[in-house]
Amino acid sequence: MTRLTKLIGVTLGAGLAAFAGAAQAEDLIVSNWDGYMAPDAIEKFNSATGNAAELVLHATNEEIMGKLIASKGKGYDVVFVSSPFAEILHNLGLAEELDHSKIPNIGNLYKDATELKHDPGNAFSLPYAWGTTGLCYRSDLVGDTPDSWMDLLEPSEKLTGKTTMLATDRWMMAAAELALGYSVNETDQAKLEEVRDLLIKAKKTLLAYDDTTFYSKLVTGEAELVQAWDGWCNYGIGENADIKYIIPKEGSDLWVDTMVILKNSEHKDAAYAFVNDILDADNHRWAAENILYKVPNKPAMEGLDPSLVETYPNLGMTPDELLAHEQLRDLGEAQRAYSRIVSEIKAAN
Amino acid sequence: MADRKPLYLMTPALLWLTGFMVIPCLLILALAFFRRGIYGGIEYDFTFENIALVFDPLYAGIFIKSAIIAGQSALIASVVGYAAAYAIASMPKRRQPLLLFLAILPFWSNYLVRTYAWIVLLNREGLVVAVARALGYDQELPSLLYTEGAVIVGLVYNYLPFVILACYAPLARLNSEIGEASRDLGAGRWTTFRRITLPMTVPGLATGFVFVFVLSIGNFVTPALLGGGQFQMIGNLVYAQFLTANDWPFGAALSMALIAVMMGLLTLQTFATERASGGRAGEGDHG
Repeated sequence: MTRLTKLIGVTLGAGLAAFAGAAQAEDLIVSNWDGYMAPDAIEKFNSATGNAAELVLHATNEEIMGKLIASKGKGYDVVFVSSPFAEILHNLGLAEELDHSKIPNIGNLYKDATELKHDPGNAFSLPYAWGTTGLCYRSDLVGDTPDSWMDLLEPSEKLTGKTTMLATDRWMMAAAELALGYSVNETDQAKLEEVRDLLIKAKKTLLAYDDTTFYSKLVTGEAELVQAWDGWCNYGIGENADIKYIIPKEGSDLWVDTMVILKNSEHKDAAYAFVNDILDADNHRWAAENILYKVPNKPAMEGLDPSLVETYPNLGMTPDELLAHEQLRDLGEAQRAYSRIVSEIKAAN
Repeated sequence: MADRKPLYLMTPALLWLTGFMVIPCLLILALAFFRRGIYGGIEYDFTFENIALVFDPLYAGIFIKSAIIAGQSALIASVVGYAAAYAIASMPKRRQPLLLFLAILPFWSNYLVRTYAWIVLLNREGLVVAVARALGYDQELPSLLYTEGAVIVGLVYNYLPFVILACYAPLARLNSEIGEASRDLGAGRWTTFRRITLPMTVPGLATGFVFVFVLSIGNFVTPALLGGGQFQMIGNLVYAQFLTANDWPFGAALSMALIAVMMGLLTLQTFATERASGGRAGEGDHG
């Protein structure tokens, strides 16, 4: 019986792998979010090193993870994923143990960025961008300046129906976890149920759950207070200077997007050269200047145009300030509990 | 010798469907019987756990809720679509193609764009509110967007052309002499419609209803955009299992249940249509 199911399983796995691993393993394949690095980064890298790197895009962490798990990491060389997913790749044995001698630019990273909880010592991942999740609001409309997660979760009558929360499980949960004084990685069932009840109550006051257009809702005035990643709040600030970002007094999570080299990469030298190239101060600064995310690269940040920090104050957050917040970690088995709770929240009336 | 031509002609379509749809679907559905790995992969231990979880009150409730929304959308689309098809079929013959063309026109644009258009219309600063204000209505308007009503409006709008097409065909084929005969025999317009026209065109109506229902119950774009993500339909739940929870086995189990519901309905509808047209043939309809 077990042998039969194993056999079916293996056949199945091979089938899926054949579909998923269709990317040609001829050139260096880098997978990243759309617009998350300089448009000419790949081209410049190719002409400087004689490699034939190619960029493919993923829309979400989960999308690229699905492909990597199905193909055992074959067909990709370097992937950009958020830190909990880098952890998973490491735990599954798919991430390369990094040889720091091949990444001289690793010295550009802030010391704090080399000691992140998910990967102290950068054994398998290199931080690319980092930031916080807080409240983004229209200072000209909200009245009292918000300073607590409760301002979002139990909004004043005036703000009811004019708030949005992030739709992604982990961040939606984090807002209530932080408000209740719990860890953003809480797994205790009783505490999670409290979180759920608070979020169900909050749902009744929301305009919408929104992961992608919350800042434009602020710009149009459709929403006045939204849960937002700092970098994305900056897109709103860029269009309307009355939009402000604040980390609530209960704190934030620290999110980190990372680069991981796949263990099954067949072009490791090129992959090392590529991540090293990204960590170059000028190349890395591109992300801070153009996508308005903080990058954990000391010379890159020091060379940042001061007027940018003036317009987008959260770009000026120091590594110390960032490290004060807890990182989202992979939850392992507890992920199913989180998914269920989010379903319960969405099914609630 | 039997004529082999139909077989040859069908082979490419069959191969295409089997190779690129049936087999991948079966591969995904088979995942329902395995366990989710801790990190989201698949552990190949046989289990019925995922199938059982579909019947958990939480998830079963989402199924029922989706069915209610899909049912409401299908009902509204059927009534509106049938009326439109009836109107088109009663127009002079030469105008009908143009009207049908206009009914299908929205299909030429992207589904996502059409759905976003409703956001532009319904949002708090949107066109509907602006028009109401311009007409002097200055009370606080009830929220139009990100509600169940908005989702139903979006689904009805998107699938209405299916109903119009499905109802138009039998209505246009209807022999007008039958209606005249009915009236000659003393039946009023309403009685003629209720006892003659409607029964003879009900297969088209049923086809339209089932189409809208089946397409709506699995839809995940409209609830996400027009519902503001505030409630989940079964399609959103499947999407979440595959793309955010990384729980492919449970996602596969949900899909299996969804496909079972759809197939059941389509089978019922096929039977109903066959019975209806069978009965009609007996009455000597050669129109």
